[in-house]
Amino acid sequence: MTETDKTVADRQAGHHDAQWTRIIQPQRGLLSVPVAEIWAYRDLLLLLVRRDFVALYKQTVLGPIWFIIQPVMMTIVFTIVFGNIANISTDGVPHTVFYLAGITMWTFFADAFTKTSETFITNASIFGKVYFPRVIVPLSVVLSGLLKFAVQFTILIAFVAYFAATTEVVQPTWAVLLLPVLLLMMGTLGLSLGMIISALTTKYRDLRFLMQFGVQLLMYATPVIYPVSALPDTYRIYIMANPITPIVEAFRYAFVGRGDFDPMHLAYSGGVILVLLIAATVIFNQVEKNFMDTV
Amino acid sequence: MSTPALRVDNVSKMYRLGEVGTGSLSHDLNRAWARLRGRPDPYALIGAVNDRTSEGTRDFVWALRDINFEVGQGDIVGIIGRNGAGKSTLLKLLSRVTAPTEGKIFINGRIASLLEVGTGFHPDLTGRENIFLNGAILGMNKQEIRARFDEIVEFSGCAKYIDTPVKRYSSGMHVRLAFAVAAHLETDILIVDEVLAVGDAEFQQRCLGKMKDLSTKGHRTVLFVSHNMASISALCPRSLMITKGGISFDGVTSETIRRYMKESQVLMTSRVSDRSDRSGNGKARLVKIQIKDSQSEIRSQFATGEQFRIEMEIECSAPLENCNIALGVYNGVGTKLTDFWTDLTLPRLNLHRGINHVSCVSTSSNFSVGDFRFNFFLESNNEVVDAMEDVAQAEFMAARTGNLQIAPRDDCGPVLLDHEWTFNGGMSK
Repeated sequence: MTETDKTVADRQAGHHDAQWTRIIQPQRGLLSVPVAEIWAYRDLLLLLVRRDFVALYKQTVLGPIWFIIQPVMMTIVFTIVFGNIANISTDGVPHTVFYLAGITMWTFFADAFTKTSETFITNASIFGKVYFPRVIVPLSVVLSGLLKFAVQFTILIAFVAYFAATTEVVQPTWAVLLLPVLLLMMGTLGLSLGMIISALTTKYRDLRFLMQFGVQLLMYATPVIYPVSALPDTYRIYIMANPITPIVEAFRYAFVGRGDFDPMHLAYSGGVILVLLIAATVIFNQVEKNFMDTV
Repeated sequence: MSTPALRVDNVSKMYRLGEVGTGSLSHDLNRAWARLRGRPDPYALIGAVNDRTSEGTRDFVWALRDINFEVGQGDIVGIIGRNGAGKSTLLKLLSRVTAPTEGKIFINGRIASLLEVGTGFHPDLTGRENIFLNGAILGMNKQEIRARFDEIVEFSGCAKYIDTPVKRYSSGMHVRLAFAVAAHLETDILIVDEVLAVGDAEFQQRCLGKMKDLSTKGHRTVLFVSHNMASISALCPRSLMITKGGISFDGVTSETIRRYMKESQVLMTSRVSDRSDRSGNGKARLVKIQIKDSQSEIRSQFATGEQFRIEMEIECSAPLENCNIALGVYNGVGTKLTDFWTDLTLPRLNLHRGINHVSCVSTSSNFSVGDFRFNFFLESNNEVVDAMEDVAQAEFMAARTGNLQIAPRDDCGPVLLDHEWTFNGGMSK
């Protein structure tokens, strides 16, 4: 074949390829995120969020009030067990508002994490029949969690307002402005960890058992029922290494006025989250294409 | 050929057989190690051909091997093949549910699949909500769904119940609504698999009509997979036959069907106990099946209305309780005529360990003329134990029988019902 023949053939091949709107191939770039495709499916994202909301409370009497009952009950139990019986310090802040703040932020993370970690297993039947960008499902889970957070957050605000008016200790600070950043960090962290776990559970089901108690244990490694300031020095370093710690502490500092708030610590969290997000993208991309063969 | 809508280029798909679990982590590590050193995948080399008639001895199997074909815009192409031949795998690759191991698929336009309709229907949501959700899952946006909403509802015939949760729907309504959504998709290529197995005859007719419309008027490309040769030949001028993971024939539908039938013939002459193209949990297996006449002679040809008896031997590895056996009767083009179920005439059966003998007699068979095939099905506690297609075949030849004065004509259809005419005038000798 002469040089000219080759270029002509190349050009023809190129021209031929260009007429196709989609090419399905064995592998895709590990870091590529199909942004345009996700955008095209944005209505599905919103409908899934809506479905989560509507379907969850159909045929229940109290409906979305359950969103509120859950953190309030937890706060009451924590106040009795950890506050009054075990007498764990809450940094001088009234027990109820201290725990409620921690629980509100923690549930947002825990929900995002546990529910995204079940993505592939619970949706196997849909994924087995229809293609849409798989990331849509974890994204919808985090968005649903955000809505739930919004509801629970109003309760927290009511408590904070009450205590701010009646006591000197509870004083919201300028850091409330950081709320969107904190939520973004928390959501991304839950999403990334959940995606990693969900991708791995398609092959190694053991991880599901780990998840069942892992999240609970993780809560005790996070300053939800205790403040960082009450930690003995030996444990402090480990608790501070947990990327969730600075977020919860900053959140508490913003709304209650007490907490370990340090931009450097938040930056550390941000770094860890970024690494996890990249890892999650790589693993998820790897699994997304072929997971139906192993589930 | 018109402008191509789809081109499949040397596509292959490899599956790992058996349970994923023990050893898979070490396999993965081995693979990763091989990849790091730039060596080929150590497990890919030992793949065997996808041959379901004999037990695979390798860990990996090529479900599809070197598939090549092209479909033009607005074409409607049928795909036939036995269970496990690779049809579903091909459809999964086309609908991007799973990725090919090798090769490329080129697509022009939007593609949507109807692999069992009603995917993503949520039982607690109303018909209306599910139309939107299902439409979105299939790739439509809100405006597109809203624009076609009335059309969808009308086509489904569920207008009255559109604000009722779908869990209160009958299964027929469920399927109709689901098909209606999918049929109104704004896609260029539509993949349809076995939808028509459900729904009433009138709705099936409407679906076939709709698919034909999509192709001729809407210039949409349709890939249609079915076991029903009658609907394939009614709908598709061209068909592919898939055998053991490869395309064994690609051409005019009538010729494809002829070859498919011939292949079934070959399969039926092989011993049932050797066949592995079966589904179910395998706790029991059909190992022998014979058709005999009233004199207990093995025969494959019978006269119209003649009595026949099907004898089966089922081997159980352990006692099996609460069993129900069925023989499905199909005519030559794959249309189901009837089922013989044990629970219609007997209580549920308890199979013992070893060989169980079961037989079924049709005393006054209503078959008239043609080829009949039997599918076997065994369930225990509502779980499929063993199921296989085309386990036996019988040919019925025109003959005088009962009160008939002459033999029935060859084209009188597959069944012959007892009937009697009366006439108040005279008759010529």
